[in-house]
This record gives sequence, structure tokens and C-alpha cells, in this order.
Amino acid sequence: MIFKVFKKEELARLHELLAVNIIVGPVSKGNDRNGKPLYDFDVTYDFNELALDYTQTVHSPKRFVLPYHETLSTFSITRDGWKKHVDLNVYRPLVFFGMHACDINALNKLDLVLAQSTYPNPYYMGKRKNLFIIGMGCNPEPQCFCRSMGTDSVLHGFDLFLTDLGGKYFAEILSATAFDLLTQLTCQDPSAKDLALYKHATKEKSKRYTATVDTSDLTKILDLEFESTAWDAWGEKCLSCGTCANVCPTCYCYGVDEHVDPDLKHASKIKSLHSCNLIDFAKVAGGHNFRPTSASRLKYRYYHKHRGFVEAFEESLCVGCGRCGAACLADITPPEVIASVRGKE
Amino acid sequence: MSGQLSYLGVPLTRPKVGFFELSSCEGCQLQLLNNEATLLDFLNLVEIVNFREGMSERSDTYDIAFVEGSVTRQDEITRLTEIRKNAKILVALGSCACFGGVNQLKNRFRDLEWVKKEVYGDFPIDTMEVHPLADFVQVDLSIFGCPIKKEEVERIVTDLVLGKAVHHPEYPVCVECKANQNICLFELGEPCLGPVTRAGCDAWCTSNRRGCWGCRGPAEAANLKQLEEIMHTYGFNKEAVIDRLECFGGFASYAHTTLPQNKKTPIKRKKS
Repeated sequence: MIFKVFKKEELARLHELLAVNIIVGPVSKGNDRNGKPLYDFDVTYDFNELALDYTQTVHSPKRFVLPYHETLSTFSITRDGWKKHVDLNVYRPLVFFGMHACDINALNKLDLVLAQSTYPNPYYMGKRKNLFIIGMGCNPEPQCFCRSMGTDSVLHGFDLFLTDLGGKYFAEILSATAFDLLTQLTCQDPSAKDLALYKHATKEKSKRYTATVDTSDLTKILDLEFESTAWDAWGEKCLSCGTCANVCPTCYCYGVDEHVDPDLKHASKIKSLHSCNLIDFAKVAGGHNFRPTSASRLKYRYYHKHRGFVEAFEESLCVGCGRCGAACLADITPPEVIASVRGKE
Repeated sequence: MSGQLSYLGVPLTRPKVGFFELSSCEGCQLQLLNNEATLLDFLNLVEIVNFREGMSERSDTYDIAFVEGSVTRQDEITRLTEIRKNAKILVALGSCACFGGVNQLKNRFRDLEWVKKEVYGDFPIDTMEVHPLADFVQVDLSIFGCPIKKEEVERIVTDLVLGKAVHHPEYPVCVECKANQNICLFELGEPCLGPVTRAGCDAWCTSNRRGCWGCRGPAEAANLKQLEEIMHTYGFNKEAVIDRLECFGGFASYAHTTLPQNKKTPIKRKKS
């Protein structure tokens, strides 16, 4: 990895250099009912729109690689037959300006399933390969437990990662594209003072973590506590609304619907993200539902994140961003669920 | 309408369809006529033999009857029974037909004679407690919404013509609301029935920053007990919750069990 530092004013110049592409970044979305600022990722047209000191976005960035609804194929139907048209829905490279470590780690985890598995998903790959990601250091929020999940820093999956050193940015350069871009800015090699500032910044960040999840032996404990009554208690609260999965940066489950247009001449296959908490998630032909209770559905969401995925990939599918807990109207948060399932050890 | 309908070379039957209305605003039927972009394709799919809002011709020979509105008069029971006899498939179109709709708000009062007098004075009129269609006849398919979403009706009718199974979303509005990148209205300080209401509307109201009033009725796993707690946590009183749950009738039975004293209590009139 190559390290550089540059003055904060240079960042606008970097934005300008990248502006021939679509730039997505954190923008302000007003305040919530208590006056707390809200942020979300959106397409931006001006450097000043970017709220780079954002806390956390309400939704994850996944919709830019995994849209909630995506047309997988369309069909033209004639009297004698039909033609299939496939469009991967990738038109231009996308620049992500200011993504936190948790969200970059989330993309890396999605890669394990959707890009590096036996059957890579071309719709995902097309979008993922066309991303240019500028990471940005963060200020942990009360709901963040990324440190417990080992995702508070990120080692790969981005082009450039910036840490705020006061008047300067400390830049970690990971791609040739990022290096070439930085040659057009005024950059310096980090001085001993810059390194000290960088280390100070990471130390300050560490102090801000409050939420934790004990992940030691978690796969085994989840196995042992399969029948725990804790699941029923959380199930009783659960709204089965799928909001946790919809705001999650790594939930990728989906369903595919086939639509025929009223003219009977066109049809389409549309993929929509689904959630294991929704009542019909495990409903099969004939009407049997393998997970009819909200407790069983909620449990399997945790099993997928913290057990099944760990056994398959040696790492959890959760990045500890805490969005699910923050968005859950019933206040179901992973630190509390996991602590209750672990019980008194 | 012209020629034989077919899909992938398989000939299809163009069903004879009738649209009918009981006590309603007829807005659901109007929604269908509104959809000009696909109106001709829609009209080609079916043979409409009865549609008071759109044509003068009438016929009692039809395969599918779409009935909008709720039953609020004795003569409507007779009319509905007649429609049921004529139709192979009876579809309840819109929230009034499915749950009683806004009309059933009057059912909350104990003294319906008093209600009648308040509304109509001494004008002689036949009106009774409001009922959904299913209280009198077998309903084969319900299309929810106030008003119905025309895209959804077109999909359902296309599926019927193709012989495909018709499915409604079983999950609540939150799913579609999140997919539209909305910020939860509770966080913005507005009450919402999105977490318990059946989806399919593409979060029509909440995407326009209006809290959901539950016009499509309960989702399959609606957790109303939790919703009540959430409303309380976010500072909305029980009356606000009941107001919303009662509005379209989908949650009427629940609203009545939650506040038994609320059902059939003489009203306190709000002073305007």
C-alpha cells in the first residue's frame, strides 16, 4: 500500500477530476424528530452536496450493486416464438465518494457469495467491477459494533481510503487508478508528524465504541442455544417487516417474479430483494411454510449471519454497522439479541 | 377488441367481465379508466359487458364480476346475490368491498337510527350497518386498496386470463417503503400503519410523506400488539392508533377488541 497526505482543499479538485462519472456520496436528509441529522447515499452533482463528516446513512450503499428491484431479462413474444433480452444494467462507472470501512467490508462479503463463488452473479459483478471507491474514516455511533466483528478497518475492496488529520487527509492508495488521480493533486509523503496524527486519530476512534458483541465461540453457542426461549421473546416483538434486511449492507436474499404485460407481447423476469423475516420467505409450492413463526424467521436471520456464513467463509456476514437495530421499530438489536441468547455463561 | 387472444401460440379465452358498484365512490372503477397508457391493451384482454361508468350497454352474461363498494342497504344484498349467481368468479374490488371501507366507520356507533338522523335528517332512506361482500356471498378474490392500484389490477387480470395463480404480497408496506429509500416516518415524527398493513401499493402514501392508514388491511403476520407499543413509544395516544386502525375496516375486528368500550359508544362530537 502507498501512503500520501494532501491538504483538505485538494479534495474538491479530486471530485472535479472524477466528475465525468456518476458520483454517489453521503448527503444530508434533514433531521429526525429529535433533531438528530439524517444522512443517506445519493447521486451528487456538486462537491458541496457531500456531507463527508456524516455519522451513518439510514440505508446501506448496497442498492447501487444490488438494486431492490432489477429486471433480469425481458422477452418479446410473437405468434411463432419469443426472444430474450438480457441487460446487466451497467452503463457507466460509479464513483463512491466517502464510504465508511463497514460498508466497504460489506461489499467484500457480498463478493464472497456473488463474485467469487462457483456461479458468479453477472448483474452484481458488472456493477461491482465498475465501482471506484473512496473510503473515509468515521466517528463511531452508539449503535456501531463493527470492532466486535473485525470490520472497523478495511484492508481491500477500495481504491483510496482517507483519514481526516485536521487540515489534511491521510490517503491509503490501493489501485493504480487512484494513484494516477493523485498525481494530479498536490500530495506529499507522510511526515513523522502526519504518522503521529494518524495514529492519534485511530486511537481517538477506538475510544468512541460503546456497543459490543461477544463473538467468541458464537457459532457453537448458537448451535447449543437453538431451542433457547430467548428466540421466542424476540419473535414476539418482531414485526416481520423485513426492515432489518432492507437496510442491511450484506443481506442479499431475493425472489424472482415473472410478469406478462397486458398486451401479451412482452414479459419480464424481475428480481426483488426479499427478507428471511418476511412471512412468505420459506413458503413453498403447495403452500407449506417452513418458518411460520416470526421467532423461527428471526432466529434463522441470525443463524445465517453469525453461524452459516462463518462456517462457509470463516467470517461473519455481519459488519456491525448497527443499521438494523437503529431502523427496527421494535428495538431488536444484534448486541442485545446475541447477549440474550448467550445468557449467563 | 379483435381476433383470438393467444400467448406463446396458446389460444386464450377472453373472459366476459362486468363491473358493478354498491355503496362506494366508484373511484376504484375510475382508476381503471384512468390508465390511458395501457387502457387499450387492458380492454383487449377482456370483453366488458357491464361497466356503468364507461358504457351504456348492459348484459347479465359474464364470467368475472368485479364488485366495488360495501353493502349498506337491503336491496344491495339482493343485487349482490344476483351478481354472484351470474358470475363464475366474484372479485371484491377495493377496500369497501373487502372490508366495508370508509363507509364502515359508522358501525362504531351504538345507535344507527341516531346516525341516520344526523346525516339524513327526516329524509326517508334505507340504510343499515355496513358489511363487506363476504358477509353475504362467497368472494373468490379480493383486490385491496383505497383506491385500488391500477397496475395491480392489470397484473391480476392478466394473470387470470393466462390462468396463472394470483398472489398478493403477504408482507407489510415497510418492505416497499424501504425499497423506495424512504426514511421511516416514525423517525420523522409521524404515525404510520406501514409495519402491519399489507403491501402491494408500492408504499404510495409513505413515499409521499403521508403515514399509512391501512387501506389494504392487515399483512399476514401483522403484529398489532407491537405496533401499539411503538405508537406509544413514539408519543401517539391510543385514540390516534384506533382512528387509523378503524378507518378502512381492514383492522376493524382488532380495533374493536382493543378498545371494547370504543365500539358502539355514543359519540362525542368534535366542535368545529
